[in-house]
Amino acid sequence: MQSNNVSLLEVKNLKVHFPVKTGMFSRVHETVKAVDDVSFSIAPGETLGLVGESGCGKTTLGRAIMRLVEPTAGSVFLDGEDITGMKGATLRVRRRKFQMIFQDPYGSLNPRMTVEQIVGEALDIHKLVDSSSARKKRIEELLQAVGLDALYAQRYPHEFSGGQRQRIGIARALAVEPKLIICDEPVSALDVSVQAQIINLLSDLQQQRGIAYLFIAHDLAVVEHISSRVMVMYLGKIVEAAEAEKMIREPLHPYTQALISAVPEVNPETKRQRVVLPGDVPSPIHPPEGCPFHPRCPIALEGKCSQEVPPLVEKAPGHFAACHFAGKKIAG
Amino acid sequence: MSLLEIKDLKLDFGRGAEAARAVDGVSLTIEAGETVCLVGESGCGKSVTAQSIARLVPVPPANYVGGEIWLNGRDVLKMPVGELREIRGGVVSYIFQEPGAALNPVFRVGNQIKESLKLHKPEKANNAEVIRLLKLVGIPAPESRIRNYPFEMSGGMQQRVMIAMALASEPKLLVADEPTTALDVTIQAQILDLLRDLKNRLGMAILLITHNLGIVGDMADRVAVMYAGQIVELAAAGELLRRPLHPYTKALMNSVPKLSGNMDRLVTIPGNVPRIGNFPPGCRFAPRCPVARPDCSAAVPALVEVEPQRWVRCPYWNDAIK
Repeated sequence: MQSNNVSLLEVKNLKVHFPVKTGMFSRVHETVKAVDDVSFSIAPGETLGLVGESGCGKTTLGRAIMRLVEPTAGSVFLDGEDITGMKGATLRVRRRKFQMIFQDPYGSLNPRMTVEQIVGEALDIHKLVDSSSARKKRIEELLQAVGLDALYAQRYPHEFSGGQRQRIGIARALAVEPKLIICDEPVSALDVSVQAQIINLLSDLQQQRGIAYLFIAHDLAVVEHISSRVMVMYLGKIVEAAEAEKMIREPLHPYTQALISAVPEVNPETKRQRVVLPGDVPSPIHPPEGCPFHPRCPIALEGKCSQEVPPLVEKAPGHFAACHFAGKKIAG
Repeated sequence: MSLLEIKDLKLDFGRGAEAARAVDGVSLTIEAGETVCLVGESGCGKSVTAQSIARLVPVPPANYVGGEIWLNGRDVLKMPVGELREIRGGVVSYIFQEPGAALNPVFRVGNQIKESLKLHKPEKANNAEVIRLLKLVGIPAPESRIRNYPFEMSGGMQQRVMIAMALASEPKLLVADEPTTALDVTIQAQILDLLRDLKNRLGMAILLITHNLGIVGDMADRVAVMYAGQIVELAAAGELLRRPLHPYTKALMNSVPKLSGNMDRLVTIPGNVPRIGNFPPGCRFAPRCPVARPDCSAAVPALVEVEPQRWVRCPYWNDAIK
């Protein structure tokens, strides 16, 4: 999937396979294909959404891009530079360009560090400030940018609410002035009324600083709201990718159609047709033969979908789908 | 006589100077066969209210300061423990957010369901009845599933087992506390479908606790919105979603992104949800409210019936929010 501009991030045929060790001698018997041949790109200042259910590999994909887990195959280009094989100091310098914010605002901040230490650590590692007064000033700026009072710098994470902690996490990511932030479910642990604050903060920061986001979430409505393009992931594969609005209006893949219909609707006037998918998401250790979605798919054709893996192809300009019958409506 | 009538329930955590009011004057009725949703953010007292129906909140630290809970014609708060045991499961059953944590990991699911039958329907405590219940909640191949341990099942299947266990005693009221929050959207749709179907077939009432207004539209007949220990709005579900009256309900609805291709900026509620023991004086939403006036913080406004069957705790509900 290509975006029109020169890409900031380009992921090519990325695979992350985890060995599953079983038995007394811990031999590797099977592998989980958490990310299986995924390619996409993100333009500078763009937000790309990534949705999928638990276990589909969306978090692993984000972590593999950050090189927090090692990709099994494929490559990741950042600013045109292949970072897949980089190690140690070479990689650390590149980390200035891309940062991550996490789902759990409680677990992702060190409880023994003050806000100043948490945010300042990145400044120290990358030697971005040369005096302690400049450091203090920079931390104040960062806290103000995320809507926190500079007085909070001396406090510890436990003194803050979930939303405020997420702001601290964002300030920490912003400290190195990254070009890309990978947001892994940044609002799903927050209260509804606080979610909107963080979503707006992320869009403001993007407008002011031109940061690109890979926005990973399971909530389709949130992803659609913040993203210009959206990818849908199922069992390690991208099954559909398109502009956000287009995806919601004319989903091509039956899984996307089912996901959209499963979102409970607030407005009683716009009742969508409901399609309830049977069964559970299959185990990624034994993904089904053929199309990974076919056992749950209402329009799957025996003999075709159960044998041939559908490739991700461009069905309409900028609209990709991996389905033999892409565009066919599933009945309610 | 309603199936459930909660009258002016007041519950503290802690005693004396340490006491913090978690539920402050909640009144709510549920008729037989009705689905009522209790909506609110974390710490608003919705779960504590629901758990009080079978007096599941441990005392201490909790302390019932006032009110009555009439369930099936008897006051739960005055009941001796022996009678409570009959009510729990017999009249009201619960399902919770984390089915994995609610099931015992070392017993087969069939035996866990049978245990519920032994307590309330001893004559039916056999495999045939367990299989019938598992079939009822849509578990495929129940004959082999009864021998499964909880870890051998997915989250959606575990929640179905919980529902089967709750239904074993044929309760009149099912309290579902965020039953789908831990589940994926496609599984959430399955469980909500199941609850709706069971309600129609068995005619039981459901008290559904959720923070998701979309679920309210899908499931509820009536809905109560809670904020900081109090009900702030109570209405028929369709009415409330079409035309919310309390500023908090309005703000809550506007702050949720909707699937519509609409990229407008979200309307946010400033500040944070107040914590128990730290509720602001007067109207508790006033510090975050876009239409608050200086007198809002003076006294707690009353929950007033502003239109037939529409209750709002805000004297300025008619003011438009910009």
